[in-house]
Amino acid sequence: MNVEWYLIVSALVFSIGAGGILVRRNPLVILLCLELMLNAGNLALVAFARAHGNEDGQIFALIVMVVAACEVAVGLGLIVAIYRRRLPIDVDELRELQG
Amino acid sequence: MAEVFFFLAAIGALAGAIGTVALRSPFYSVLSLVCHLLSLAALFLLLRAEFVAAAQVIVYVGAVMVLYLFVVAYVGGGADPISTAGRPGLRWASALFAGALFAELSIAVLGTGLSALGEEGSGWFAGFGTPSEIGRLLLTDFLLAFEVASILLLVAAVGAVILARRRTGLDDAREISVGDLLRSGSRDALTGGDAGTMIEVEGPPRR
Repeated sequence: MNVEWYLIVSALVFSIGAGGILVRRNPLVILLCLELMLNAGNLALVAFARAHGNEDGQIFALIVMVVAACEVAVGLGLIVAIYRRRLPIDVDELRELQG
Repeated sequence: MAEVFFFLAAIGALAGAIGTVALRSPFYSVLSLVCHLLSLAALFLLLRAEFVAAAQVIVYVGAVMVLYLFVVAYVGGGADPISTAGRPGLRWASALFAGALFAELSIAVLGTGLSALGEEGSGWFAGFGTPSEIGRLLLTDFLLAFEVASILLLVAAVGAVILARRRTGLDDAREISVGDLLRSGSRDALTGGDAGTMIEVEGPPRR
């Protein structure tokens, strides 16, 4: 398969994730859509690593996975903290930071 | 044969992605994302990234998604099905934005002058993407990134614990901050007293 096909799949998944972040209101699902976008980036990195024939892109993808795991841990901690304070789990309701 | 597997995995990945966005219950969204990640691991295997595929399955599907499932079960996301959007206009605008983003990315990818993209990829040596090769690279060329990633994981673990810990007695004015935690920890963490753990019950010691 040509590398272009993988890049097209990656672009599709990325735009689906971006649309999902705009559409959904549950912060859990927004985190899931962020995961989609990060994984689309991973797929593009691995595809470029294959196209160029060296493994630096794969290392980059691994580091992206580490950063995604950190982001998930902190994001889920925030959601649990929101839930503990009896606040609604809805990004449209949580607008105190807007001032 | 590779074409068949590619299209199967790509359809699985796209279906999983659409399901993640479109399914109403967060629980089903998580399960759909698991399907997406498994298909993506198959795509990684097709791209000869064995170690990345294995790490994808173990780290993402095995650990991160289980964490998601626990939080969804704890928060009770299935109880109230979250509506996709309050205003229908916003939904159409989002779909339009996603379509425009895809068109732009496709133009950028297909219009690039990289000649290697039109073929199956350049030559690969034996052992391309195997764990030994990735490990050698991580401990030689990318040692700094490796160490920074470990520090980042440590910071994220501490941050998650501090964010999600149980706060009793937060309703009175004394909010617990990280500085209080460190101060009280240095002063009487080991004495403990009758207060259970130092974080939990009383917050900073009364002065």
